[in-house]
Amino acid sequence: MSEYLLEVKNLKKYFKTKKGPLCAVDDISFGIRKGETLGVVGESGCGKSTAGRAILRLHEPTAGEILFNGENIVNYNQRQMKEMRKKMQIVFQDPYSSLNPRMSVQALIGESLRVNGIGKNDKEREDQIRHVMDVVGLEERLINSYPHELDGGRRQRIGIARALILNPEFIVMDEPVSALDVCIQAQILNLLGKLQDQFDLTYMFISHNLSVVKHISDRIAVMYLGKIVEIADSAEIFKNPRHPYTQALLSSIPIPKVNLKRERIILEGDVPSPVNPPAGCRFAGRCRHAMPICKEVCPELKQCGNSQVACHLYDEK
Amino acid sequence: MEHTSNEKLLDIRDLSVEYHSNGKIVKAVSNLNLSLDKGETLGFVGETGAGKTTTALSVLRILPELPSRITGGEIWFNGENLLLKSQKEMRQIRGKEISMIFQDPMTSLDPVATVGKQIEEMIGLHENLPKKELRERAAQMLEQVGIKRERIDDYPHQFSGGMKQRVVIAMALSCNPHLLIADEPTTALDVTIQAQVLELMKKLKQQYQMSMIMITHDLGIVAEICDTVAIMYAGNIVEYGKVAQVYENFEHPYTEALFDSIPSLDEEQDELKVISGLTPDPTNLPAGCPFHPRCPYAGPECAAQAPEIREVEPGHIVRCHKKCERRA
Repeated sequence: MSEYLLEVKNLKKYFKTKKGPLCAVDDISFGIRKGETLGVVGESGCGKSTAGRAILRLHEPTAGEILFNGENIVNYNQRQMKEMRKKMQIVFQDPYSSLNPRMSVQALIGESLRVNGIGKNDKEREDQIRHVMDVVGLEERLINSYPHELDGGRRQRIGIARALILNPEFIVMDEPVSALDVCIQAQILNLLGKLQDQFDLTYMFISHNLSVVKHISDRIAVMYLGKIVEIADSAEIFKNPRHPYTQALLSSIPIPKVNLKRERIILEGDVPSPVNPPAGCRFAGRCRHAMPICKEVCPELKQCGNSQVACHLYDEK
Repeated sequence: MEHTSNEKLLDIRDLSVEYHSNGKIVKAVSNLNLSLDKGETLGFVGETGAGKTTTALSVLRILPELPSRITGGEIWFNGENLLLKSQKEMRQIRGKEISMIFQDPMTSLDPVATVGKQIEEMIGLHENLPKKELRERAAQMLEQVGIKRERIDDYPHQFSGGMKQRVVIAMALSCNPHLLIADEPTTALDVTIQAQVLELMKKLKQQYQMSMIMITHDLGIVAEICDTVAIMYAGNIVEYGKVAQVYENFEHPYTEALFDSIPSLDEEQDELKVISGLTPDPTNLPAGCPFHPRCPYAGPECAAQAPEIREVEPGHIVRCHKKCERRA
């Protein structure tokens, strides 16, 4: 058995477009240990959400292996997968659009029980629903409310309760706090931390907000245009960012302090299109350290100090 | 245009705005006072529903007419009360004297007109120029914001989000306004693109010598670009001062809560300090200080009476009964 609860090997997800394949996730490999939080950061379109969904096979992977508890789930049939998804859940970004407006809180949270045929009768299911509502901090009186009556923070608590009620081992958190105001965001982050301790949960935490990711993650993977460019312990990434993209990303965060002196790396241009991406390193066109080799050979993720980095700057001389 | 002796460009006095919704009255802004010097950049911070955008829309008088009403106050701009102007007079001011950038660049451009046409339209409204010159001005504006002039005949969908926001900025600045109101101009953008746009705005602000109101919920952006900051809660300003004063010596418990909610990049924290509860229902604001039900320092006077403003140090005001004893 490997040390990982979830191990992803050479995962690819291409979408067909008229102009050619869109390489949303292009050959990524990583592992997540039991009880750990892996943060995945990157800008819109870098493939972080696609990766999260491909792991649950909400998008069918184009190639690669997904090992959960050592078993490759890519070839599971639908029935096996349904069974598997009790252990692997997802919380979506937007609590305003991910909940069916015509279902009450009870129906929303109870849906996963119903779908999976859990609980002997309605009474037992309702007890479970009330219990999980208590766990995520939803007041009992809200059980018959509808999403539109609730604020964003409470809606996101419903999203979390829906995932939690099946007692999963692993949850993909796809930007769970991005749509929330800072004070509410802090409440939800604390809740996620508490639940992780309480139920020994493993998270893949996808976000574009670096300070949020740093706060919650043990390790962080930085993605750019379908590739993982750097992966390391969360403290290490912030102390010693090695990939030039990671460096630029970190220097772009506006920090709420005055008289801060720091070097700001302003990247030129935009992220290129993932349809027919450039050969070689995906970041080469915007990189201030780009060398001739970068345009030709795509760098592999390699160990460098305490990080794994995909960059020719760290090739052995 | 007459210039008042003090250098105030904008002076909002006792502004109150209400919305009517399902027979209930929403007090979006109540008795707000705020002023802005020439060349100053003010950060306007608060959570959803605090009244930031409502205040900005009131200055431009573009609040939706039916449900909303300015119930009191004065808005002085360059020595004139904007609330007494006719719509025709306001049209001369909008875009020329005061410009606004909206949050979402994807929806604030017309998808069926080229970006050049859209900038030309803006200039043409305020200046009587021949066609050729209009086009030249539009091309120059694009260059100002870092877009090649060859792209003047492209449509918005051919630009990325960051580029669209640049087009919007070009439009807003094309008539050389004295005041630019930017409503969350970078919220829809990725962080590296946000850095590009902020850098551009800093440069243009200098170059055009404009005053700016930056509406945001991101205290980091305020630290980066603003001179002064106003923290808003439930329709009023609870703390105001120079950025350094407020950031290093904040007094209001809500300001403290905002800072505590942001995960730190420097230190490890097991748990974030949070305040319980939610921003209050604006149709039913609590009596006394609207923050008191959530405030960890609240005393009996806070529920009984709304606090007046108090000066902590010159130029730094706070609306709170409690003298701050948190920092020695």
